[in-house]
Amino acid sequence: MGIWPYIGRRLAQSILVLLLVSVATFALAHAVPGDPIETVLGERAAGDPEIRAAAERRYGFDQPVPLQYVYFMRNLFHGDLGESITTRRPVMEDLRQFVPGTIELAIAAMLFAIVVGIPLGIIGAVKQDRWPDHVARFIALIGASVPVFWLGLLALYVFFYKLHWLPGPGRLDTGMQAPERITGMVTVDAALRGEWTVFRSSIAHLILPATVLGSFALGIIARMLRSSLIAALGDDYVRTARAKGLSEQGVVVRHAIRNAMIPTVTVLGLTFAGLLAGAVLTETIFSWPGIGRYSVQAALKLDYPSLLGVTLFVATAYVLVNFIVDLIYGLLDPRIRIA
Amino acid sequence: MVALTAATRSPSDAALSLNADRPHRSPLGDIAHTLRQRPLAIVGIGIVLVWLILGVLAPVLPIADPNVQNLTARLKPPSSAHLLGTDELGRDIFSRIIWGARVSVPAGIAVILVTGVVGCALGAIAGYFGGPVEAVIMRAADVILSFPSIILAMTITAVRGGPGLGNALIAVGFVLWPEYARLMRGQVLAIRESEFVTAAKAMGAGERRVLFRHILPSTDAPIVVKATLDVGAAIVLTAGLSFIGLGAVPPTAEWGAMIKQGADKGLQYWWYALVPGVAIMSVVMGLNFFGDGLRDALDPRRRGR
Repeated sequence: MGIWPYIGRRLAQSILVLLLVSVATFALAHAVPGDPIETVLGERAAGDPEIRAAAERRYGFDQPVPLQYVYFMRNLFHGDLGESITTRRPVMEDLRQFVPGTIELAIAAMLFAIVVGIPLGIIGAVKQDRWPDHVARFIALIGASVPVFWLGLLALYVFFYKLHWLPGPGRLDTGMQAPERITGMVTVDAALRGEWTVFRSSIAHLILPATVLGSFALGIIARMLRSSLIAALGDDYVRTARAKGLSEQGVVVRHAIRNAMIPTVTVLGLTFAGLLAGAVLTETIFSWPGIGRYSVQAALKLDYPSLLGVTLFVATAYVLVNFIVDLIYGLLDPRIRIA
Repeated sequence: MVALTAATRSPSDAALSLNADRPHRSPLGDIAHTLRQRPLAIVGIGIVLVWLILGVLAPVLPIADPNVQNLTARLKPPSSAHLLGTDELGRDIFSRIIWGARVSVPAGIAVILVTGVVGCALGAIAGYFGGPVEAVIMRAADVILSFPSIILAMTITAVRGGPGLGNALIAVGFVLWPEYARLMRGQVLAIRESEFVTAAKAMGAGERRVLFRHILPSTDAPIVVKATLDVGAAIVLTAGLSFIGLGAVPPTAEWGAMIKQGADKGLQYWWYALVPGVAIMSVVMGLNFFGDGLRDALDPRRRGR
């Protein structure tokens, strides 16, 4: 099968899932106990009959439920996710403010996980069942067993409180002004504007949360690469490569790793969802202004519009990332397109 | 195809094949034999059992009352009087950890039992009946799997009216069933076409009887392994919800909530948050050790290695 039918089919599947995600979010919004208008506007505003009537028209609360869904979708396509009860601003605006922080953190965490996890996986496979493998597996196992929020506290205690090697919670040193917004990612904006003191501070603040958040992904990447590389090293084409006299290093690097990377790439997509989930807890510990911390505060204050906005955004991002991963997968391995 | 399948194939394919070189043992004997060769697996289940027993015996153990406040001994570091120190109300942390085992460990096991059984039942129904029933169940599973678990769990807890251990556990169960449904559906799809199923139908067995008496008993290994590992995941997820303030509420001695209270007090009271974290880590690691051993024991390709 060519690549286009494959892309088309995956795209159709993704759109279907996104539609169902919107239905699920809509259903969650309706599962909230109490008055829906109060849920969207807050108690005070909902008491005003004029505001109430306007909201009823805007969200279609006076219509039958299936029609309300149509209103919901129409508002969604206009970028209207309602108004946050806590910040009193449109949820969309809040998302625009907080999403870059999370993306910055997730990218840094992913970089850490890839840079450390891939060598760990390769060592584990090449030195299978010898001590480097055991050490690598033990690290991966700890990464999988430790609650991320506790690891964050431990890291803060050791590297900030005791050793003073790294700064504490927050994105910049106290008293430091964030650079004027371009992307919303402080490290990138500082570099773009040439504010190097701010840049250094923002990188220093990024190290601990990114390492803590990435530790979870690191374990997954290392384990996945190890097992697929062990399988690849037992394959016929590896025997052929060895038989024609290639060095062991050449066999591993040029033949085995290339094939073993394919399943690892898929896992990266799943890991991304894990990172977004981990960001909820990591951002809470490190007072990191991202959507994770925003959603926690929304959940605690029962600020449903904000919470549902984040939920919808994150699920959409996850579906899109998985779609992209599947595309890469299909390009890397033609056999997948048939399945 | 080998590189791909070896990494992604479920152990069940191989578990069905017979290994002629092995001495004759019952399937359970095989599992026990392999587990005995995996000391880590024994250590793992040992750790979990110790926590469970400590939790069950908490009321009769000679330890301090977990809820008795002693305002003259607030936030004291570990000492001979309080082995693991005290919290901001002067309560004994050692005793609260043991009482916490009574909450966290059984809650994790119970959630997985319920969500596993429900997920498997839905997956089996989807796989066996196919058609619109399957479409509805599996698309619902897809949707739930496209939300990161903690965010969906947070939303469900909030929608159910806010913090509380019960709401947190319902949320955790709700986000975990789809994976069981997927696994079980795959297995049922494979078994549905077997000759013994055709035979049972030919003998006049009804749909329900075929599904529950013939197909379900033939499904196996991966689900048990997954459930073992997931108990750890459920404990961590529940603790995470408690940590952000959506799970157990004071004064319940729950490990995640204790970490939160410790973190709120400040890093200088390191023992407060450290101890419950070690407790969670030990249980989850124990379950991971045991789950890995169980996986090896249930997979003939890995036996005897």
